[in-house]
Amino acid sequence: MNLLDKKLLRDLWRMRSQAFTIALVVAAGIAGFIGSLSTYDSMQWSRASYYDAARFADVFAELKRAPKAIERRIAEIPGVADVQSTVQFDVTLDIPGIAEPVVGRMIGLPEGGQPRLNRIFIRQGRMPEAGQAHEVVVSEGFASVRHLKPGATLAALINGKRETLKIVGIGLSPEYVFATRGGAFPDDRGFGVLWIDRVHLATAFNMEGAFNHVAVKLAPGASERVVIDALDRLLEPYGGLHAYGRSDQVSNKILTQEIGQQKVMGTTLPLPFFGVAIFLLNVVLSRIVSTQREQIAALKALGYGNAAIATHYLKFVLVITMLGIVIGVLVGAWFGHYMTRMYTDFFHFPHLAYRMQPWIPLLAGGISLLAAVAGALSTVHQVVVLAPAQAMHPPSPPRYRKMLLERLGLVHWLSPAARMVIRNMERHPLRVLVTIFGIAISVAVILSGTFWRDAVNYLIYVQFEAVQRADAEVVFNEPMAARVRHEIAHAPGVRETEVSRIVPVRLVSGHLSYRTVIQGIPQDARLHRLLDANLRSVPLPRAGILLTDRLAQRLNVHAGDTLWVESLESTRRKREVVVAGTVGELIGLSAYMEIGALNRFMGESDVVSGISVALDKSREKDFFAYLKGHPKIATSGSKTAMLQSFKETSAKNVLFFTTIFTGFAAVIAFGVVYNSARIALAERAWELASLRVLGFTRREVSAFLLGELAIEIVLAIPLGFPLGYFIAWGLIQLMPHETLVLPVIIQPDTYAYAGIAILLAGTVSALIVRHRVDRLDLVAVLKTRE
Amino acid sequence: MQPAPPAVFVAHGLTKIYRMGEVEVPALRGVDLEIYSGEFVVLLGPSGSGKSTLLNILGGLDTPTSGEAHWRDHDLAKSDERELTRYRREHVGFVFQFYNLIPSLTVRENVALVTDICPHPMDVDEAIGLVGLSERANHFPSQLSGGEQQRVAIARAIAKRPDVLLCDEPTGALDYTTGKVVLEVIARINQEFGTTAVVITHNAAIAGMADRVMRLADGRITSVEHNQNKLRPAELSW
Repeated sequence: MNLLDKKLLRDLWRMRSQAFTIALVVAAGIAGFIGSLSTYDSMQWSRASYYDAARFADVFAELKRAPKAIERRIAEIPGVADVQSTVQFDVTLDIPGIAEPVVGRMIGLPEGGQPRLNRIFIRQGRMPEAGQAHEVVVSEGFASVRHLKPGATLAALINGKRETLKIVGIGLSPEYVFATRGGAFPDDRGFGVLWIDRVHLATAFNMEGAFNHVAVKLAPGASERVVIDALDRLLEPYGGLHAYGRSDQVSNKILTQEIGQQKVMGTTLPLPFFGVAIFLLNVVLSRIVSTQREQIAALKALGYGNAAIATHYLKFVLVITMLGIVIGVLVGAWFGHYMTRMYTDFFHFPHLAYRMQPWIPLLAGGISLLAAVAGALSTVHQVVVLAPAQAMHPPSPPRYRKMLLERLGLVHWLSPAARMVIRNMERHPLRVLVTIFGIAISVAVILSGTFWRDAVNYLIYVQFEAVQRADAEVVFNEPMAARVRHEIAHAPGVRETEVSRIVPVRLVSGHLSYRTVIQGIPQDARLHRLLDANLRSVPLPRAGILLTDRLAQRLNVHAGDTLWVESLESTRRKREVVVAGTVGELIGLSAYMEIGALNRFMGESDVVSGISVALDKSREKDFFAYLKGHPKIATSGSKTAMLQSFKETSAKNVLFFTTIFTGFAAVIAFGVVYNSARIALAERAWELASLRVLGFTRREVSAFLLGELAIEIVLAIPLGFPLGYFIAWGLIQLMPHETLVLPVIIQPDTYAYAGIAILLAGTVSALIVRHRVDRLDLVAVLKTRE
Repeated sequence: MQPAPPAVFVAHGLTKIYRMGEVEVPALRGVDLEIYSGEFVVLLGPSGSGKSTLLNILGGLDTPTSGEAHWRDHDLAKSDERELTRYRREHVGFVFQFYNLIPSLTVRENVALVTDICPHPMDVDEAIGLVGLSERANHFPSQLSGGEQQRVAIARAIAKRPDVLLCDEPTGALDYTTGKVVLEVIARINQEFGTTAVVITHNAAIAGMADRVMRLADGRITSVEHNQNKLRPAELSW
């Protein structure tokens, strides 16, 4: 080892606690980067290999009813590699001991058991045996939440007829990686998929020799658009709804969105950490260089070249950064592992395996080393230009003058001690500003990691209290005459009912189109309210259509414009409709019409497809028990049960992210405060020791030093609040948000939490430095001149 | 002959051993002394003789390895850090070779820094007037000459009305003329306020202005002389 490297190691050892705190800041950035990106990569990879192994289809279509022979004609469409048709229906399940309604999606299995596309992965048990009409395989997420195991039985109301089904297996499907009936919320409590013998299911629904769902695998290089168009033409006479590709397949869409969020987090989260790390490295390195002026001069005088000396000082930065990279890779791998495992609560893969591709840590390490070197260049430049003769002299003595506030005559009441503190700050304005900014960033990092809870709570409040005020939604097999409402109104526990008519549609404006549903509700609807972005009530016009504002943006239409509405239910109707206005919903991209207007558009009389119900909470069980026996009801959903299951899963995740972000932010705050304090102490040790000699106590002397930090922390925290809000806003903008958009809502207690956490981190680091003030060598001070 | 004034400092068998790694370096090897109230004492000796160590122990900056050191009823050898801080704060005025002023505070503020924390301080401007710096009260240390800075240090030391003034090579960093001005100030404080003054120096000429001169060598007091003809600082020359 050469002598300069020996000096490097000894110097680093002497400043080990500072070096370590900076390495931790680097490590936090690296860990965030690696954790998120490796999770992103692992999810992508798991998804790709699962889709591949299960032969996940590329194009899907639902229709009313087509004879099986049509399947062959689909296979003949150019670009189609394989076709799998089936029958599927949503039914009400009755599980012993569970009062709330549960929806089962029954999917028919072909004769051989496994379908050719969207194959089922059997986790436990087996596939139903041929001829065993009542054997079913149940989707894993639902089975585990509802504690269903092979051998158990459950009852289903299949087309109005109650049947007892025997669970023989627990399985997974690429179509239901994210289990939902269509919403953005996972609903493993209230929604399960059941695979059953196709012939039996078809018979129950009078669908013998027919299908109502088809999945298509594209040949390599085939155009999805072309196949979809051909499929639409072919299926139109059979009540075909528009076919759609993977990007509109609900489970895949939500999974893709989540994967996209990981990428956003991975690429934005580390930025503040790298920024702070560069600042700290720069500050510490310039301090090292300024205390080693004489040594640098001596080295130059001895004949060391500029390159050797510059490299020597650059190595300080490189060694610290390398240490940070090593810690960061380890923490990042753990972080990614944990997040990937956490996703198994929402996304059901046969194997959600975590992997870390070598490019991720290599990229992270490369970026941080480059950033560190870039941050150190100006200081290294000072080393290079330092003239040996000049460096032998001590730097010129510090000059002070009256501070700005004083010159303005505003602070006569300040004690000399307070003036010392403030003049010192005015003397290093840049350092003070950057310190304040560094602490503010740590506040912002906490906010940007913990505001999600507030945002989600607000979203839930808006969607499930302000907008959807019904406690349950009852959905019928077929549109029913509106008078069915009276029947439901007399069911036990019902306080209020309201009709609704939901029609799946395709909205077309110019070359833009979007598949969604139109919800037909009464003009005086109370259980489903229409609100604008500021939660003010939006009146529902007698004619025309209301769009959620994001849908209007997507279709590029404004109030007063017209668009084409194409119904995707049984009869395909296509009419031009006027956009009456927009509503500000956060979940989904839906459209609204007055129910009468929607019925007229559909050419129907007074029909409803569902009833929204407000319940007497204490009698909820009775109501759902009543529904279970009702033959015309396809499904019903309980808001309480859905929200409960969502909150349970999200609480765990919120806690995890709050902890991680708080820990990371504490690392920044600690790094900034501790290093500022150490440097201030090093620069002013002589002055502080002189004060001790004059009879100032340790506490008083610490106050001179730490007063500056206290002021910086107190100024930084309120600055961190808007900064955090801004970062939160930016993250939301960057996130993909087709299915839902989170509002940028940060509650006062979240601000308080962030402020207090940073105050504590700052206090702890200040106390550690205070310990050093206590050990100042008073005698040595008298002998030397700074 | 007047009766001897009471002794303010009494030390017996003072030793101080510094441990430098594995080597023990004795700085004081058994010092006995008495210093009386209102006296002007010069501790004279070459560097390494132990005079700074002795002054530091008397000033409550350091504690002896063994032996006794008392200031009036304060046991300096057995006091803890807190008691020593209080002792320095209430009774001792320090003047150092390198002034040790706070660069971020003006002359007036450097003095006020001390008057803020002691029980019966002098008026700040009066203290500055005593060292002849009234005109420069609003200047920062970086705007003053070395002699002026040392006079600020003296003003800061006397502003608390200390019982003892301890000066460590007060002229060490100053030129001849400026050094004399500083010594004039110290002598005046000693005479006008009756403040006990202990000055350490390696400059034998300064001994001429002392009541008593103690010579140190190799950690011991080798001689104590009473000055029969005490000189005024102006009469000194070196």
